[in-house]
Amino acid sequence: MNAADSSKDLTVRADGGQQPARFENPGVPEHRERLADADPAAAKRAERQVAALFALSTVGTIGFLLAYFLAPPGQSVASIRTSNLLLGLGLTFGLLGIGLGAVHWAKTLMSDHERIEERHPQRSSAADRAGAIAVLKEGAADSGVGVGRRGLLKGALIGAVALLPLSIAVPLIGNIGGDWNTNKFRHTVWRAGRRLARDPSGTAIKASDVTIGSVFHVIPDGLESEAHPLDEKAKAVVLLIRLDPRDLNETPEKKSWSYDGIVAYSKICTHVGCPVALYEQQTHHLLCPCHQSTFDVANGAKVIFGPARRPLPQLPITVDSEGYLVAQSDFHEPIGPSYWERLK
Amino acid sequence: MSLTQRLSGGTADYLDQRTGIGAAVKNFARKIFPDHWSFLLGEVALYSFVVLLISGVFLTMFFVPSMNETVYQGSFATMHGVTMSEAFKSTLDLSFEVRGGLLMRQIHHWAAVLFMAAIVTHMFRVFFTGAFRKPREINWVVGSVLLTLGLLAGFSGYSLPDDVLSGNGLRIADGVARSIPIIGSYASYLLFGGQFPGHALIPRLFTVHVLLIPGLILALVGLHLLLVVLHKHTQYPGPGRTDRNVVGFPLFPVYVAKAGGFFFIVFAVIALLAATFTINPIWSFGPYDPSPVAAGAQPDWYMLFLEGGLRLTPGWTEFVLGGFTWSFNILIPGVIVPGVLFTTLAIYPFIESWVTGDKREHHVLDRPRNAPVRTGIGVALLVSFLVLALAGSNDIIATNFHLSINDITMFFRLFIFLGPILGFWITKRLCLGLQRRDRELVLHGHETGRILRFADGEYVEVHKVLSEDERWLRVQHESRRPLQIAPETDSRGVVRRGYRKDRFRQRVSQFFYQDRIEPITPAELAAAHPDASQDVHGAMRGAGNTQVGADVPMIEPEVPMIEPAERRP
Repeated sequence: MNAADSSKDLTVRADGGQQPARFENPGVPEHRERLADADPAAAKRAERQVAALFALSTVGTIGFLLAYFLAPPGQSVASIRTSNLLLGLGLTFGLLGIGLGAVHWAKTLMSDHERIEERHPQRSSAADRAGAIAVLKEGAADSGVGVGRRGLLKGALIGAVALLPLSIAVPLIGNIGGDWNTNKFRHTVWRAGRRLARDPSGTAIKASDVTIGSVFHVIPDGLESEAHPLDEKAKAVVLLIRLDPRDLNETPEKKSWSYDGIVAYSKICTHVGCPVALYEQQTHHLLCPCHQSTFDVANGAKVIFGPARRPLPQLPITVDSEGYLVAQSDFHEPIGPSYWERLK
Repeated sequence: MSLTQRLSGGTADYLDQRTGIGAAVKNFARKIFPDHWSFLLGEVALYSFVVLLISGVFLTMFFVPSMNETVYQGSFATMHGVTMSEAFKSTLDLSFEVRGGLLMRQIHHWAAVLFMAAIVTHMFRVFFTGAFRKPREINWVVGSVLLTLGLLAGFSGYSLPDDVLSGNGLRIADGVARSIPIIGSYASYLLFGGQFPGHALIPRLFTVHVLLIPGLILALVGLHLLLVVLHKHTQYPGPGRTDRNVVGFPLFPVYVAKAGGFFFIVFAVIALLAATFTINPIWSFGPYDPSPVAAGAQPDWYMLFLEGGLRLTPGWTEFVLGGFTWSFNILIPGVIVPGVLFTTLAIYPFIESWVTGDKREHHVLDRPRNAPVRTGIGVALLVSFLVLALAGSNDIIATNFHLSINDITMFFRLFIFLGPILGFWITKRLCLGLQRRDRELVLHGHETGRILRFADGEYVEVHKVLSEDERWLRVQHESRRPLQIAPETDSRGVVRRGYRKDRFRQRVSQFFYQDRIEPITPAELAAAHPDASQDVHGAMRGAGNTQVGADVPMIEPEVPMIEPAERRP
């Protein structure tokens, strides 16, 4: 920092008097000749180079066609990569030859004398402006608007034009949201007694299959027979985890929601809805790979890091008479991201 | 007369008799454009867009925009028997069955990535050189809208294949839509035609992506270019360049060849990228399913800043008030941050002209160093964009550099506030330093490395005086000064109306222009070495040990005052 930076330290310039206040623009520099301007041999050489570049383009295009007919992609990823590479290189040279040739031509052979064009202020001339105002006034007078007594006419026209778009907007808005029944956010297909099944095979899970520390990706049994399986899956996916019951801290009201250390939580993040898929066995933490919200499974899946606010909703589970894991009910709150009327 | 001459003459006559095109050709064909590499950035954007149109038309011939389910039986054996949407299947077919289809897909995607990169760099070129000043403010706004449309085009495009990666991106879009107060859940239904994912989205995105957005972009690109022609291109400062002329080369033939050739070069680079670098290999992601997700998933680079914002905003910003949920943890990064960022950019020309009170046209560009605060603001915007983009890759950074993801996130949460301030301050100091360097060069010339010894034993280094052209570049600019305002009270001690508003405007103006370095005047140069005209070598005794900077004059502003009478109603 020196004194010159400080806005308070202002020294007044001593002025000689006879010097002009500013330097003068020295004007466009003299043209400098290129090699090809002075030496006809260099010009000839440049011409040949340009022609060679255009020829390179032709070679590239022929190469592309050869690759298209002679190296078709096969069954494997490797074969489509080869085909892609050969076609792409052919196209590259086909384009590059033309591009470099044209630019080389412009830079070596076309005139490079700088030219000056005058600019004029952007605004139109005073006469044009006056003329524009005059014709507009004339038009306004012809139309009879602005006379004052046509207020009714103006009002009626504006009203009609303003209303007309409704004929497009109303049906568009009416239909674009489907049935507009946003209550569907509140429910999933989980019901009392519905079995928990493996994702994606759909086989039901027995409590005895779930060893301590293991994780199951779960869908409702019989999901495929729902009317819209993908929409239902998007809400109903669950993570099933078995902890040592001694590690599990449960609130009294949710004590009965787990079965012998097995807990089931919605897999849909309460932040913006990514699947919360990464489980850390040692710490009992669930991590959402999209935005790193971290949930503690041992403590009611409460948020311990990241942008999510609420714990993952818990699915109350138990076992049926055959030992299969089943839901006790639907989730007790809407799953997934927050929305305005979530608690209403 | 040769046959071609007769033919072209005949065609020209035919056209002119029916369109009167002769006048346009006469005015336009030899129009002068200035030359500089940075003017090519906008061209890169334009040409990438043309490549997008060409490759896009090819893709629409084979892509099926449908979410109906089908079972894959095509030539990619790994996916036999997998249930997928027709959109995903047709994208697989484009890669495996259609010869050259993969090349076109990759060209399309690489062109989109380059399109956005070129728009952003072009925009910052315009920003840093002050090319947005009168009369080009409207064109700047058009450009800002094009940037936003480019983002939407990219997002709607890479979501079309209906793969796991883009499907999770759409799910995030659903989460962001839901967070909007009052209408959130309806916004989500509007987007998806019901519940996520539904069956409507891909066909809807397709229409948006191939018709609505490209149509708007095409129209606005036309307007953008029309305005460039109307305004004539800006030029960098230099000998002979003024606000009343444009120095360069004629459109025909020089720019027809250069710009035309450059289109092929841009296309060639995109083709080379598409030939050698895999982009969006949807066959390794698999079709969309709401359950799986990949760790380390990233959107395309231009969406990363939104992703980063979502990762950084802490959860406690969501709360319940009056029984309703306010999701500021999503609203801030999803709506407020991009809103503020893009609005600031779009209206910046109007802010600056209000601050300077300058109503003149500007056609000679600023060197960024000569507008330290503007350059600083630009860098601050860039830094915030960059920090957010890096935060959007925090998991990749964590795994590659073996760092704790929590530490990285905490650091970025802090740095998103500190970074832009630091960036602004350092840039401003650098600009002022560079201006001082210019003054020193003009005053003392180039060091030559030649040491002379005088008869009395003193050593000096010979300095070579700058050529007139070199000097002009460093002295041509005007140093802008803060606005002065009329006093608070009139001669009778009555407080005048509008004083507070003027005072505010003056404060902003002081922030912009209080710290400034004036360019060297002829008087200063003459005072520094009175014998310069005779001394060919420019040897100056004692010049070497003067600390330049200490003698920089800071001048009491003699600036345009905003008088109350001048103010608009």
